[in-house]
Amino acid sequence: MSTPTVETHSAALDAAESGSVQLINVTFRIRRFNPEEHPDPVWVDYQLLMDPKERVLDALNKIKWEQDGTLTYRRSCAHGICGSDAMRINGRNRLACKTLVKDVNPEKPITIEAIKGLAVLKDLIVDMDPFFQAYKDVMPFLITNGNEPTRERLQSQADRERFDDTTKCILCAACTSSCPVFWNDGQYFGPAAIVNAHRFIFDSRDEGGEQRLEILNDREGVWRCRTTFNCSEACPRGIEVTKAIQEVKRALVTRRF
Amino acid sequence: MQIHQYDTVIVGAGGAGMRAAIESTQRSRTAVLTKLYPTRSHTGAAQGGMCAALANVEEDNWEWHTFDTVKGGDYLVDQDAAEIMCKEAIDAVLDLEKMGLPFSRTDQGRIDQRRFGGHSRNHGEAPVRRSCYAADRTGHMILQTLFQNCVKHGVEFFNEFYVLDLLINEGRTAGVVAYELATGEIHVFQAKAVVFASGGTGKMFKVTSNAHTLTGDGQAVALRRGLPLEDMEFFQFHPTGIWRMGILLTEGARGEGGILRNKDGERFMERYAPVMKDLASRDVCSRAIYSEIRAGRGCGPDGDHVYLDLTHLPPEQLDAKLPDITEFARTYLGIEPYTDPIPIQPTAHYAMGGIPTNVEGEVLKNNTEVVPGLYAAGEVACVSVHGANRLGTNSLLDINVFGRRAGIAAAEYAEKHDFVPLPDDPGALVESLVSGLRESTGTESVAKIRQELQESMDTNVSVYRTGKTLQQAVEDVAALKERFKNVSIADKGSRYNTDLLEAVELGNLLDLAEVLVVSALAREESRGGHYREDFPTRDDVKFMQHTMAYREVAEDGTTSIRLDYKPVVQTRYQPMERKY
Repeated sequence: MSTPTVETHSAALDAAESGSVQLINVTFRIRRFNPEEHPDPVWVDYQLLMDPKERVLDALNKIKWEQDGTLTYRRSCAHGICGSDAMRINGRNRLACKTLVKDVNPEKPITIEAIKGLAVLKDLIVDMDPFFQAYKDVMPFLITNGNEPTRERLQSQADRERFDDTTKCILCAACTSSCPVFWNDGQYFGPAAIVNAHRFIFDSRDEGGEQRLEILNDREGVWRCRTTFNCSEACPRGIEVTKAIQEVKRALVTRRF
Repeated sequence: MQIHQYDTVIVGAGGAGMRAAIESTQRSRTAVLTKLYPTRSHTGAAQGGMCAALANVEEDNWEWHTFDTVKGGDYLVDQDAAEIMCKEAIDAVLDLEKMGLPFSRTDQGRIDQRRFGGHSRNHGEAPVRRSCYAADRTGHMILQTLFQNCVKHGVEFFNEFYVLDLLINEGRTAGVVAYELATGEIHVFQAKAVVFASGGTGKMFKVTSNAHTLTGDGQAVALRRGLPLEDMEFFQFHPTGIWRMGILLTEGARGEGGILRNKDGERFMERYAPVMKDLASRDVCSRAIYSEIRAGRGCGPDGDHVYLDLTHLPPEQLDAKLPDITEFARTYLGIEPYTDPIPIQPTAHYAMGGIPTNVEGEVLKNNTEVVPGLYAAGEVACVSVHGANRLGTNSLLDINVFGRRAGIAAAEYAEKHDFVPLPDDPGALVESLVSGLRESTGTESVAKIRQELQESMDTNVSVYRTGKTLQQAVEDVAALKERFKNVSIADKGSRYNTDLLEAVELGNLLDLAEVLVVSALAREESRGGHYREDFPTRDDVKFMQHTMAYREVAEDGTTSIRLDYKPVVQTRYQPMERKY
């Protein structure tokens, strides 16, 4: 059994435990928008002294708490589980609470703007209702027929593993709002809705697969996907979104799932 | 101002609120008012599991679970409530599975179970595998599954509606008043029954596992309307938060075999809990960690933390059972938990206390009488199934068992009763609160006062407390409350005014911190999560009772906290010395 002692410390652990912090100057360039004040968005720069190991969300909080209380964004858990703070950071969709300053090149101004394809309501806040409507449209709940067992439904470990990846979705919209098809066609279900359909289609306990596949066979359904992989890159939970979409397409063709 | 009418209104859309909504929507016209989109709720951050004596992998029964819960709560648990919870736990887990929750499975295809702190076979003989789990994402799966079933049942949500007042008329529940974040508009919801399920208060501390949004909104509203808060001095510090950040690393990590070590590499829990070791209850582990740190055996340059060591576990096991927490270590600390131990410290985690309820979820207005039509469930409530220290996994259980009970009870009440007339000018209090903050020209900053509150609470009201530190906290909170009267905000607009929201939340935290410290100062004993160095033993003669704190308003408008006490319900178990 390993015993951590000073000798076995990795450089990474030493760095993590280091008491001394090198603060650096960072510029955050944020796309502000408040229709109560002005009809057009405007980019505003904020200078901060930051520990590069801090989160981008920490930077937003510092700006709001120390410089400009009007800066507006959603946040809750602050560690990548609740899905509140998806935003475009240096042009890429990420969760602000899961992105460290050091990982987005603080040498240059770090740009932050609202995710694309959903109406911006104020600063970094977008209208999430169309996103959740697409989710609801794929019937994202277990559908079963016939008798309920007294105890739990049985499911083998392999069957449980089959849809594990898509159970991780936190509905942050990073994938859907990174999708060029979604940007141009707001009626497209978008990757997140398909991911959540996948989660049930490939669940051995579910009997609603055919219904969901018919919904996704729609002209605004799964066939609109152009396999650009933006969604897989954007997913903060590491879900292989494009692969899940491909599996749904294949299931539509073969009707086997 | 808009006025709406619903049979049942549920405040909060975490686990308890959505579990209640699934029941009440099928029985009565229900609205769920939630400060956040439902899936943002902090139930989703729970990791390790939900205990129920399914006995899928080894012998177990609900009576052992009840005993562990009562002992874990240091005998302040109401034993009738704990027994109900542990009996109904089994159906609560099976219900979730039938709703679609993707539990991890045994090789027989049954729901798998693992060890967890304080859960034992046969009254403390050895750890037992009782926690039903889905990797280290159990809370996420519960939140998603409940939301999915809310979609299925057509639950009506009012997202980003922040409830700021409770309306009681002629002693009965009349409704609530909410502030709509998107527009700044005030909405009155007239309701026959109201269920508070708005979560905890962890943001009064600096190092906490809690979300930014956990500011005790429901408790504060109830307190302001003259209702008592029970056992608020009992706040749980989870042993394993990421050092300095407070991000939760599940007890399931120790359930899977993880070990706490000090700077000498010693498995120090063997000295504090010879039988349960690293799986002793959370209060015991958190005190042990600080004892090690105080004795100079802490890790790092400042010796201010210890390690959670997973390096002896096979990487495949970490990947399968603990994928999220190992990723947190990589993301936020830049270390590899396959090979590096993880720096941790106790983190403010869970309020055992809250709005007092009976086992049907009805809110008590004193030791014996309820407020007709008012219910509470989940962390906002105090049933009390957690007593002085909650066992790991029992919160996910609590929200499912008592969320369901409150949802059913509220809807049945709504079926049998008429609306209570709204009081005159029902939105008045909220309007004056909001306009007061918006128009204030004061000089104090919300962020500054909040930071000072959190620092004082971390310094004075943490794992170890004394009369002196608590007195200091009483004075600090009083001074901060005074300064809060002079607070102003930068955002004067009505659209998504989160600046205003944070000010209201801080007001709530200050009110609740006052209750917590006053209750803690008066409890001159050590029990569960409340440890007084000046009174290091449990005093069953004087303090085997629940604290009931009331806010009193004097004629000149000044407020103070009055404490009363309520007997503990004891059925099967007599208090014993607590050893792990």
